[in-house]
Amino acid sequence: MATKASRSAARFMIAPAVVLLLGWMLVPLIMTLWFSFTKYLPLRGDSIDRGLDWVGFANYGRFLSSSSFWPSVQTTLVMVGGVLLITLVLGILLAILLDQPMWGQGVVRILVIAPFFVMPTVSALVWKNMLMDPVNGIFAHLWRFFGAEPVAWLQDASLSSIIMIVSWQWLPFATLILLTAIQSLDSEQLEAAEMDGAPVLKRFWHIVLPHLARAITIVVLIQTIFLLSIFAEIFVTTGGAFGTRTLTYLIFQRVIDSQNIGLGSAGGVYAIILANIVAIFLMRIVGKNLDA
Amino acid sequence: MGQIQLKQVTKSFGDVQVIPPLDLTIQDGEFTVFVGPSGCGKSTLLRLIAGLEDITTGHIEIDGQDATDVVPAKRGLAMVFQSYALYPHMSVRKNIAFPLRMAKLDQAEITKRVERAASVLNLTDYLDRRPGQLSGGQRQRVAIGRAIVRDPAAFLFDEPLSNLDAALRVGMRLEISELHKRLETTMVYVTHDQVEAMTMADKIVVLQAGVIEQVGTPLELYHTPQNTFVAGFIGSPKMNLMTGEEAAKHNAHTIGVRPEHIDVVESGGQWQGTVGVAEHLGSDTFFHIHNTGLAETMTVRAIGDVNLKHGDTIHMTPRVSEIHRFGADGLRIE
Repeated sequence: MATKASRSAARFMIAPAVVLLLGWMLVPLIMTLWFSFTKYLPLRGDSIDRGLDWVGFANYGRFLSSSSFWPSVQTTLVMVGGVLLITLVLGILLAILLDQPMWGQGVVRILVIAPFFVMPTVSALVWKNMLMDPVNGIFAHLWRFFGAEPVAWLQDASLSSIIMIVSWQWLPFATLILLTAIQSLDSEQLEAAEMDGAPVLKRFWHIVLPHLARAITIVVLIQTIFLLSIFAEIFVTTGGAFGTRTLTYLIFQRVIDSQNIGLGSAGGVYAIILANIVAIFLMRIVGKNLDA
Repeated sequence: MGQIQLKQVTKSFGDVQVIPPLDLTIQDGEFTVFVGPSGCGKSTLLRLIAGLEDITTGHIEIDGQDATDVVPAKRGLAMVFQSYALYPHMSVRKNIAFPLRMAKLDQAEITKRVERAASVLNLTDYLDRRPGQLSGGQRQRVAIGRAIVRDPAAFLFDEPLSNLDAALRVGMRLEISELHKRLETTMVYVTHDQVEAMTMADKIVVLQAGVIEQVGTPLELYHTPQNTFVAGFIGSPKMNLMTGEEAAKHNAHTIGVRPEHIDVVESGGQWQGTVGVAEHLGSDTFFHIHNTGLAETMTVRAIGDVNLKHGDTIHMTPRVSEIHRFGADGLRIE
């Protein structure tokens, strides 16, 4: 099929997209690297036009020695891990539930997917003001109805609250991917296991779960990529207070609140390194599932 | 052990009754084949025996015990599925061991039984492979291995050879038959291929639309088909069925003659026709014949290589003693 002419034509036509993508990725990356080695404080009059002072690894040292660095890494990992755990467990349960024949299946499936279409800012605001508000929130009313003291969610259980919000957003994604995987399971395998004497839970453990391994891998990989850069949910709920400052949020504060672009850029490079470490770990742990 | 009895069993899916009341006894150690065209309910019947489908009314007894409401795992039956249904993430060893692990046997016993099954089925070299790395025939054998380690009261086969190529199918057919001779366990085998049914069965059950048309040994079905359906279904190529004047000569509504019971003669045969397609198999030749005035097309077998070409006129004489007669209701007239 691919003649010499068609191949060069393909290259020619794909070139704009490749150049654009490379540009969009490489230019900011190189600029971040450059800024991270300079003193760049716009409020003190530093600007690219006047030339930036080269400071070597000073920004990296400062970012690392800051008292908020390691807690932010920990917060990031707890948040990513928590959301992954919740979305996977509930996602598998929901997928199994949605796979059962029932009345109104189509409508239910659309309802399940719905949270995914809501913008992160909007859903975080809805959770904050409608559900979690300690005075007027639905949870507060519910707690009071049962005679309990309403919880000030975003203060007293801030990280868990954000994990809850983010899980709510990402559960549809996990459910959807796991549902398609469950639907591809050969029903004869389950019947064979049934005849082999495996009761429901063992069928789930020995047949369904291994079958889902690949889908779980995909969910973990894709979600991790997006969860590492969670921002809007923190910004509109706690603003990084009460132990919800992730690495992403710390970088934001360094650049925007402290107006220290050099320091923030160094943090950005650390974030890239962290993301890659996590990615390598994930690939090592779950990668063997992908080439089965 | 291994006797299966169906008493007035019916099965309905919603309002549609796929199996009207049905009685059948499968004797211990017998190789029984359910055969019939697609959608005749033979697989459903097997799944009813296995317990994978609930029967609507009636009773199933296994070894004299009522098994109607017994869960599949407790019926002591093992099933080999059409898709083999091997567990793709487990090695062959683990696949075969799975029913034993579920039965909580100790590890030494599991190893012993798996090794024995593997040696019976020539799978010893493949025990550590995954099903994905095996050929179709090997997968088939793993599926059988998973069934035999349990020492079941009976084996159930659901069209196990339909995914294999023709040569392999003949080989596996022999292997399953040999396995049956060696184990002497009851086997119930579902197929739409009447050749498989004829070659393997001790007893054939011919089904159509959920109704048993005839039960008998392969040769009983071949020599004395009880109705036109069985007559047309058993035997390859199909029996020639004729109605009208020719049938009336024999005091019947329909008569049937197998292709191998019609002799091709040089001239002056009882019937004449034009040769259509000739299928040369070397040992014999099948002629498809048109314009006989008896049936739309007829099939005739000639021994060896007969030199007749497309468009030639062919003369034939049926062997009178081999003509099957059927009444207007389709039933056999003796």
